[in-house]
Amino acid sequence: MARYAIRLEELTKDYPIGFWRSRPVRALDHVSLDVEPGEVLGYLGPNGAGKTTTLKLLMQLVYPTSGRAEILGRPAGDVEAKRRLGYLPELPYFYDNLTAEELLVYFGGLFGLAPAVARTRASILLDRVGLGAERRRRLRHYSKGMLQRVGIAQALVNDPEVVFLDEPMSGLDPVGRRDTRELIRSLRDEGRTVFFSSHILSDAEALCTRVAIMVQGRLVSTGRLADLAFEVQGWELVVSGGDGGALASLGLDAVTTAVDGRYVVELPVDRPPDQVLPELSRLHVQVVSLTPRHESLEDYFMRLVARRQAPAA
Amino acid sequence: MSVIPRIAAQVFKESVRDKVLYNLVLFAVLLIAASYLIGQLTAGQDVKIIKDLGLAATQIFGLFIAVFIGIGLVSKEVERRSIYSLLSKPVRRHELILGKYAGLVLTLAVNVGVMAVALYAVLGYMSWVETEEFRRSWEAPATDPAMLAAIVLIFVQLMLVTAIALFFSTFSSPMLSAVLTFGLYVVGHFNADLRNFESVVESPAAVSLARVLYYALPNLAPFDVKAQVVHAQPVSLGYVALTSAYAAAYIGALLLAAVFIFSKRDFK
Ligand SMILES: Nc1ncnc2c1ncn2[C@@H]1O[C@H](COP(=O)(O)OP(=O)(O)OP(=O)(O)O)[C@@H](O)[C@H]1O
Ligand SMILES: [Mg+2]
Repeated sequence: MARYAIRLEELTKDYPIGFWRSRPVRALDHVSLDVEPGEVLGYLGPNGAGKTTTLKLLMQLVYPTSGRAEILGRPAGDVEAKRRLGYLPELPYFYDNLTAEELLVYFGGLFGLAPAVARTRASILLDRVGLGAERRRRLRHYSKGMLQRVGIAQALVNDPEVVFLDEPMSGLDPVGRRDTRELIRSLRDEGRTVFFSSHILSDAEALCTRVAIMVQGRLVSTGRLADLAFEVQGWELVVSGGDGGALASLGLDAVTTAVDGRYVVELPVDRPPDQVLPELSRLHVQVVSLTPRHESLEDYFMRLVARRQAPAA
Repeated sequence: MSVIPRIAAQVFKESVRDKVLYNLVLFAVLLIAASYLIGQLTAGQDVKIIKDLGLAATQIFGLFIAVFIGIGLVSKEVERRSIYSLLSKPVRRHELILGKYAGLVLTLAVNVGVMAVALYAVLGYMSWVETEEFRRSWEAPATDPAMLAAIVLIFVQLMLVTAIALFFSTFSSPMLSAVLTFGLYVVGHFNADLRNFESVVESPAAVSLARVLYYALPNLAPFDVKAQVVHAQPVSLGYVALTSAYAAAYIGALLLAAVFIFSKRDFK
């Protein structure tokens, strides 16, 4: 058994641009990273950081300029490794004329599943990603979010040990995002290794055992999210039971009414929840949820850069 | 079952659903049927005309199917990015190419089969309605089994054209692939002229270039035995076998080149 589920060694990728290929773009710059079996790794970075490129290298859709990528102890592209992995491409697209069911049966067949077995597996997986009766319609009629769900289902058709998801939340509505989060959590509970990319921190917060942060093709930090010192920029508080007046009496602005008599309150940094919560209970207002708002990855990166440059200035 | 037959089966299933394909085959069958009417207008010649038109229709419509499905097989997967998920399955790149090719050959076999059955049906009907005396004036019986030689060679030629289309589509756009494939198809029919080039020009350089082209470009004229079959001249089994062997070698080389190019590609 391989020590690492995923291993990147000095992985580098240049994309040639222009006809004369004079100055290639370095999409990935000597990235080394190990992921242990059972880990859920959030591969984070702003647009253009090299996340998709890394995943394509792992699937051997593109070849590295230098360095290597391994999955389950085998080089990228190895068929035995591919039997044991699943991959959701970024903005997935399949075949217009197939239904979701047919697609999964076809892909299941490529893993050697008999049609009957593949059909059963397909129906379980399509339930799991929340695709209803539309599974019998052709994929050409699917919305972006529905395709994303099909994409997740097809990534799991072989019961993979390692799952690669490129921006699994993109194109999904809030319910879809929550479902996907639940799904990734269940993949983790089933002991699978999950490698997913995102440019949204909060996606990673709830799920990851570890994150790796990429900026402009370089790995800038890895570790537990809690240790990476993202600045909290406030909190989002959802309450019910009070009215706008009660909340106004606390001097909280930025209150919006949500459905079912719920209010969404933006707490600024100078009104931390431990100050506000006691007052709310005095006013018989119930707290529905409380979420910290972190700075974005872009802000985090800007701060890192600023800090690095500061001593020189 | 390995992945190649599974990919082939999928190509077949999808093309069977393709409306364009239905229409092409339907149109070809109608044309073959209509050739009966045309035959009626030209008394005495009729059975030859039906054979000639029927075989030509089979060839032309087969050509359209081979090119238009052939160029899309791989390039559509790349263009629409469905190849990303396909290649993450336990599929090697050469298996993808070979599976796609086998699937289209299967599709062509069924279509050529349907057109051949339609042709024999029209000829059979004709033979049935005409008088014994009139039938005796024909050079060959209406449902002459020798026509099968022409049909087999049409099919083998279409296999070769499919390989050409697939080869081009592994590195160029569908549009360009179509143009190049049709171009090569036309050139392939006049290829034999290149061999006699030295009788026309003096320059030894031009002659050797013509020689190279003669051997490198596909030679498609030998696959066309319509005229012999229609005029009841025998086409030997040995000829069919040799011509097919030539096609097999050429197809092998094209697929090898397609696999080689496709395996090196970055899908970005
Ligand atoms: N086909 C290509 N040709 C040239 N450059 C490319 C190509 N694909 C990606 N790049 C470049 O490589 C870099 C990394 O791109 P990549 O798609 O991996 O980023 P990403 O982290 O996935 O971004 P996003 O969050 O927008 O999906 C970018 O600078 C991009 O411009
Ligand atoms: Mg990306």
